[in-house]
Amino acid sequence: MSTVTHVGEESTRAKAVTLPDMGGKSSGRAIKDQAARIVMWSAFVIACVPLVWILVSTLLKGGHMLASVDWWTLSQNGITARREGGGAAHAIQGTLIQGAVTALMSVPIGVLTAIYLVEYGRGRFAKAVSFMVDILTGVPSIVAALFIYALWVTTFGFQRVPFAVTLALVLLMIPTIVRSTEEMLKLVPNELREASYALGVPKWKTIVSIVLPTAFSGIVTGVLLGLARVMGETAPLIILGPYTKSMASNLFDGLMGTLPTMINQDRTEALQPAVDRVWGAALTLILIVFVLNLLGRFLGRFSKVS
Amino acid sequence: MAKRIDVKDLDIFYGDFKAVEGVSMTVEPRSVTAFIGPSGCGKSTVLRTLNRMHEVIPGGRVDGKVLLDDQDLYARTMDPVDVRRTVGMVFQRPNPFPTMSIKDNVAAGLKLNGVKNKKRLDEVVEKSLKGANLWNEVKDRLDKPGAGLSGGQQQRLCIARAIAVEPQVLLMDEPCSALDPISTLAIEDLINELKSQFTIVIVTHNMQQAARVSDQTAFFNLKATGQPGRLVEVGDTQKIFSNPDEQATEDYISGRFG
Ligand SMILES: Nc1ncnc2c1ncn2[C@@H]1O[C@H](COP(=O)(O)OP(=O)(O)OP(=O)(O)O)[C@@H](O)[C@H]1O
Ligand SMILES: [Mg+2]
Repeated sequence: MSTVTHVGEESTRAKAVTLPDMGGKSSGRAIKDQAARIVMWSAFVIACVPLVWILVSTLLKGGHMLASVDWWTLSQNGITARREGGGAAHAIQGTLIQGAVTALMSVPIGVLTAIYLVEYGRGRFAKAVSFMVDILTGVPSIVAALFIYALWVTTFGFQRVPFAVTLALVLLMIPTIVRSTEEMLKLVPNELREASYALGVPKWKTIVSIVLPTAFSGIVTGVLLGLARVMGETAPLIILGPYTKSMASNLFDGLMGTLPTMINQDRTEALQPAVDRVWGAALTLILIVFVLNLLGRFLGRFSKVS
Repeated sequence: MAKRIDVKDLDIFYGDFKAVEGVSMTVEPRSVTAFIGPSGCGKSTVLRTLNRMHEVIPGGRVDGKVLLDDQDLYARTMDPVDVRRTVGMVFQRPNPFPTMSIKDNVAAGLKLNGVKNKKRLDEVVEKSLKGANLWNEVKDRLDKPGAGLSGGQQQRLCIARAIAVEPQVLLMDEPCSALDPISTLAIEDLINELKSQFTIVIVTHNMQQAARVSDQTAFFNLKATGQPGRLVEVGDTQKIFSNPDEQATEDYISGRFG
């Protein structure tokens, strides 16, 4: 009973002491607070303006294109800039095929490199590898594209085929996968590795059966985000993968249309049907990237490490 | 089943840093040995050399011998993976595998080493969970994630996981330090039961715990800060707690330092 009274007294007294202080809200601190708030909000709004602008204008100008079934099922085969009709199926298919093949090549290389760096890498060689990955991260896409061009066309004398594009994209995707996978592997607590070793499980098996499953959804998230970025890359396409209006699925022969090159193809046209198609293709690309991002974030929520 | 451990003139290093010096002691089969001593004196370090977990740390190496029933754990022909199958370990913080169910956690050691027979696995899971006094609490939710248990239950799950591979020796590094008094008591009871099958070495900061569970107590200390830790005294728990040979031991146990 006495303690209760005591606590009550304490808090009353504390209030009596602090209340006059809090009355000083109109002082300089409150003004600074308000100013900082306004600056932050304006920065946020300014950052959002271009984003919203892009989304709204692509939606307004390209939205109606996506509403038709033809857009998703037909190619532009035999359709000129002045004619309406046809679809973007060839470009969507091309972007998806090239994205998938790029991921197929980059994921094993990137994930294995990350495993090496986190689980095995000690000393000079690991430092060198990590440094190379840093450099690769900073390589502009056009440089990667020209490098593959020099290798594929100039040195080996091959034709420009879609596969060469994916090679350039692989160069761009590997460092993002290495870095994101590295982060996820580092988040796996060492205690889990030790628990596994203490059960007499060899190191490689520990990595395969304990570390990778624990980091799995995080790794997938990283891959999807990397893929989303790579799918919008245009320089390798322009240099190595000329546009075609017809459906194509052969990576090693002929040309293959993609969404970025479809946009690039018609962007100089003044005729309305072509302009519509450019906006439609842009919106479709945004949509694919957006879905990949969403999927990545969604899977990230299942992460066992945080 | 249980085996005897002989440690002979063991020096332990982290890179160039000598963390522990000149440890020699014997641990009898089917007994509990407690490691006590102030923080940083090398109890965990010594414990981890008993199943070659020490060398998992970059730069970790040892000089000297650890014999398991006269078999040198650090012999050239010895595979550390085999050593760890024989000498299990429970850690300070409960660390169940987060991707696995309760059942899979317990079966992990066997499964990852290639045991596929479902019936055998189920039997081992039940036996180990019973052995860890956890069966009754989890038998209806074996397929739920192991991380969903309470801290004390998780620690018992980790003990079940460790005994499921049927080691000869069980090492425990402050297994109760993250637990409440009731879970601690449950684990102490468990240690008393387990010692009929296993040789147990436990690190603890809790004097009463050492006195309650152990047959033999080893007191470690630092000569001075920056110096390697060493084994000051090892003997019957009764003797160490009532009439130790060394002044330092008595000071530590009576709470005069450390
Ligand atoms: N991974 C490591 N790398 C380098 N030095 C280490 C490492 N782990 C421990 N040490 C050093 O080894 C010495 C002994 O540490 P250890 O963890 O064995 O002490 P401990 O007796 O278990 O202490 P505590 O009671 O706090 O757990 C300390 O000086 C510590 O700094
Ligand atoms: Mg310790």
